[in-house]
Amino acid sequence: MKGGKIQLGHGSGGRMMNELIHNLFKRHFANPELDPLDDGAILPDPGGRLAFATDSFVVDPLFFPGGNIGDLAVNGTVNDLCMCGSRPLWLSAGFIIEEGMEYDDLEIIVGSMAGAAAAAGIRIVTGDTKVVEHGQADRLFINTSGIGVIDHDFTLGSRHLEPGDRLILSGTIGDHGIAVLSRRSHLGFSTPLLSDTAGLQELAALLLQSCGGALHAMRDPTRGGVAALCNEFARSAGVEIRLEETALPVRPEVAAACELLGLDSLYIANEGKLVAAVAAGAAEKALKALQSHPLGRKASIIGEVKKGEAGLVAMRTALGGWRVVDMPAGELLPRIC
Amino acid sequence: MNLSPFRDPAIAARLLEEIRAAQSRPLVIMETCGGQTHALLRLGLDQLLPRGLELVHGPGCPVCVTPVALIDQAIALAGRPEVILATFGDMMRVPGSASTLFDARSAGGDVRMVYSALDALELAQSNPEREVVFFAIGFETTAPGSAQAAMQARSANTGNFSLLSAHVLVPPAVRFLLNSPENRVQGYLAAGHACAVLGWEPYENLAAEFHVPIVVTGFEAVDLLRGILRVVQLLEANEARVENAYERVVRWEGNPRARAGMEQVFRICDREWRGIGLIPASGLTLQPEYAAWDAQEKFGPPAAAQTAAGVCISGLVLQGLKKPTACPAFGRECTPAHPLGAPMVSGEGACAAYYTYQRMPEGRE
Amino acid sequence: MCVAAPGKVIRLYQREGMEMGEVDFGGITREVCLAHVPGVRAGEYVMVHAGFALEIIDPAEVERFHQLWREVLGSAGPASSGSLPSGEEGP
Repeated sequence: MKGGKIQLGHGSGGRMMNELIHNLFKRHFANPELDPLDDGAILPDPGGRLAFATDSFVVDPLFFPGGNIGDLAVNGTVNDLCMCGSRPLWLSAGFIIEEGMEYDDLEIIVGSMAGAAAAAGIRIVTGDTKVVEHGQADRLFINTSGIGVIDHDFTLGSRHLEPGDRLILSGTIGDHGIAVLSRRSHLGFSTPLLSDTAGLQELAALLLQSCGGALHAMRDPTRGGVAALCNEFARSAGVEIRLEETALPVRPEVAAACELLGLDSLYIANEGKLVAAVAAGAAEKALKALQSHPLGRKASIIGEVKKGEAGLVAMRTALGGWRVVDMPAGELLPRIC
Repeated sequence: MNLSPFRDPAIAARLLEEIRAAQSRPLVIMETCGGQTHALLRLGLDQLLPRGLELVHGPGCPVCVTPVALIDQAIALAGRPEVILATFGDMMRVPGSASTLFDARSAGGDVRMVYSALDALELAQSNPEREVVFFAIGFETTAPGSAQAAMQARSANTGNFSLLSAHVLVPPAVRFLLNSPENRVQGYLAAGHACAVLGWEPYENLAAEFHVPIVVTGFEAVDLLRGILRVVQLLEANEARVENAYERVVRWEGNPRARAGMEQVFRICDREWRGIGLIPASGLTLQPEYAAWDAQEKFGPPAAAQTAAGVCISGLVLQGLKKPTACPAFGRECTPAHPLGAPMVSGEGACAAYYTYQRMPEGRE
Repeated sequence: MCVAAPGKVIRLYQREGMEMGEVDFGGITREVCLAHVPGVRAGEYVMVHAGFALEIIDPAEVERFHQLWREVLGSAGPASSGSLPSGEEGP
C-alpha cells in the first residue's frame, strides 16, 4: 500500500476497503470504542448536557506550514465543542477521497489526526470512507462531528453578550491564513510563519474556571477572521461592538504579508485562537488566566460590547479615528489597487 | 531603514492640528487614487479631518473605471476551455453587464488570481497547451509590469500568452475633471505610486492652466496628512503649483526605465471610463509589434458594451459631481454585498467608502 | 490602485535575462522584478507593487524626515514602536 494510490475499490466495501480501514484508520486511531469497527460506536453516558458539533474540511493545499488538513479536521470540531463550553469527548471522521490520491499523503494526514486527538484528549470512535472518481473531489475532503459534555451549569452563547462585556482575544491573528496563502503559487512568498492550528480545550477550561458565569460566550475566529466573529456576535446579540486597533496582536510577518497583498488581518482565518466575551468585572482575571498558558501568552482585551447600534462593529484606529469593520463579503481577495 | 515615523500617531496628530490651524474656510479636495481613499478610511483619517474640509473620492480606481466591455470580454475568454484567465484579485467581484469573474469561475471557467504579471507569464510557460490571457488593469503604476511581461514573452517566444489591456492613464482623467464646468474640487492629491513612474512633470501644465494646487501624496497616515496640509496651505495662499509630499519615493522625472518599457509595448488610445464615458488618449493598448501578445488580436475585439440603463450613477460619483448618498439605490438595492455598479464593489470605491462611513453613528467618544 | 509595500533587497540574481531580487518585507520574502531599478544594491529598500520594484526608497529623504520631526517633537522624537497597527517597525 505504501507508495501506492487510493483506488475506487478502497471505498466499495470489499477486501480493499477493509484492509485500508484496518491498516490505516484503526491502526492510527485505535481505541476501545472504535476497535470493534461496528456500524456505530456505543458510548457511555457522560453525565451532563451534551454539545454536538460538525465541520467539513476542504482546504487547499492539504499540507501547509505548521500542519495539514488532518490537524484542522480534529482541532476544528474540538474547538467548536469547546466554544460551546463543553469538554470534547468523541469524534467521528468521514473521508471522501479522490481516486489517485497518494496513500502516503493520506497516512501522514491520518497520523496527524491521531496526534491532534491525543493532544486534545479525545477519541475518534467511528468513521466512514468513500472514494470518488478522479475530478469529483479535490484530493480529500474530511468531515468530523463531535460530542462534548458540559460539566457546569452555565450557558454560553452569543445571545448572552451584554453591554459592558469585554472581548478578549487569545493571541495573534492571521497566522493560519497567511501560512496557507504562502503555499498558493502565484501569490506565494516565503515565510517562517506556521499555522496556529491547535485544540483550545485547555484555554476554554481556564476561562470557565476563572470566570464561571461571567463568561458569556466564546467563539473561534476561523473563516472571515475576527471581523466575521465580531459581526456575528453583534448581530446575534443585537449589540454594538467597539474594537481597539492598538490592542490587536499581529505578528510582523502577518502584517508584512497583509501590506504586500492588500489584505486586512482582521479578515484572515485563525485555527488556534478564541475570542471570549466576559463581564467587565472578570475581564482582567480572564486575561491573566489565558496569558498563563503557552497558547495564550499574547492574549489581549481587544474590545467592548456597547448598547449602541445593533449589529455595528466599529474600530478605533491607531490614529484615534474610527472605521467600521464590516462583515467580509466572501472570499479573501488580494488587491493591487 | 525605519519607516515607522510615517505611521506615527504623534506626528499625525501634529499634522492634523496644523491642518486645522491652516484652514480658514470650507475647502474641497480630491484624492485621485483609490488606494488613497482606501487608506484614509482604513486609518479613520476621514473622520479626524476638520469638518470644513470636504474630501471627494476621485476616479483613480481601476476596479471602478475599467470598461464593462472589457470585463465582459474577460468573462467570455474565461469561458473558453483552452483559456486560463489570469487576473488580479481586485477584479473578481466587479460586475460586467451580466456577471462577474467569480461567476465565470463557478461556471467552470479557469480563472486564476495572480499577484504579478510575471506570474501570469509563468502560468503560460508551465501550461504550454493552454492559452493564458492576463487581464491587465491598472494605471501607470501597474502598466510597466504588464509591459515587462509582454517583453519577456516576446524574447522567450512564449506564444500562448496575451494581454487584455485595460490600462488607463491618470493625467488625462484629471484634465477631464478639471475641464468639467461643474467641477467643485479646488485642490488635488496626486497618486503617489503612479507618480513614482510618471513623475510630476505632467501635472505642472494642469496646475498652471487651471490654477489649482496639486500635491503628490503617498499612502501612509503621515504621507496623506502632509499632502492634505500642503494642499490646504496652497489654497489658503491662493497658490497654484505642483509639489511633492512623497519625497522618499517620487522624483520629478519619475522612473524613466519603467516608462521606456511602457512606451515600447503600449501606445496611447482613447478609452471608455465606466460610468464617465470616453476620455481621449487616456488608455493604453498594445503596439503593432506586440500584436501576437494582444488578446484582442488573438481573440477578436470586445462585443459592443451594453450600456447599463439603470439606476447606477457611478459616473457622476466618480467625477465628484454627486455624492453616493444622492443615488436612489444607495444603501437599498445597492450595497457592498449586492453592488449595482463598480464603486460599490471594492473598499476603495467612493460608494463603498460612503456606505461604511455613513453607518458610523455620531458622537463617538 | 497602488497597493505597494516597502522591502529590503536581500540578494540579486538574474532570471531569464531579467534583474530579479529576493526582497524581505519584514518576515516574509518574495521574488521581485528589479528591471525598473537598475543599479539597485543588496541592502537598499524598494517600493514594490504587483511584483515589481517601482523605485528605490531614498534613505536621505527618510533621514531628513526623522531629523525634522525629532526637532518638532522634541527629545521624544517619533515613537519607534508601540502604537503602530502592525506592532512593529518597518524592515
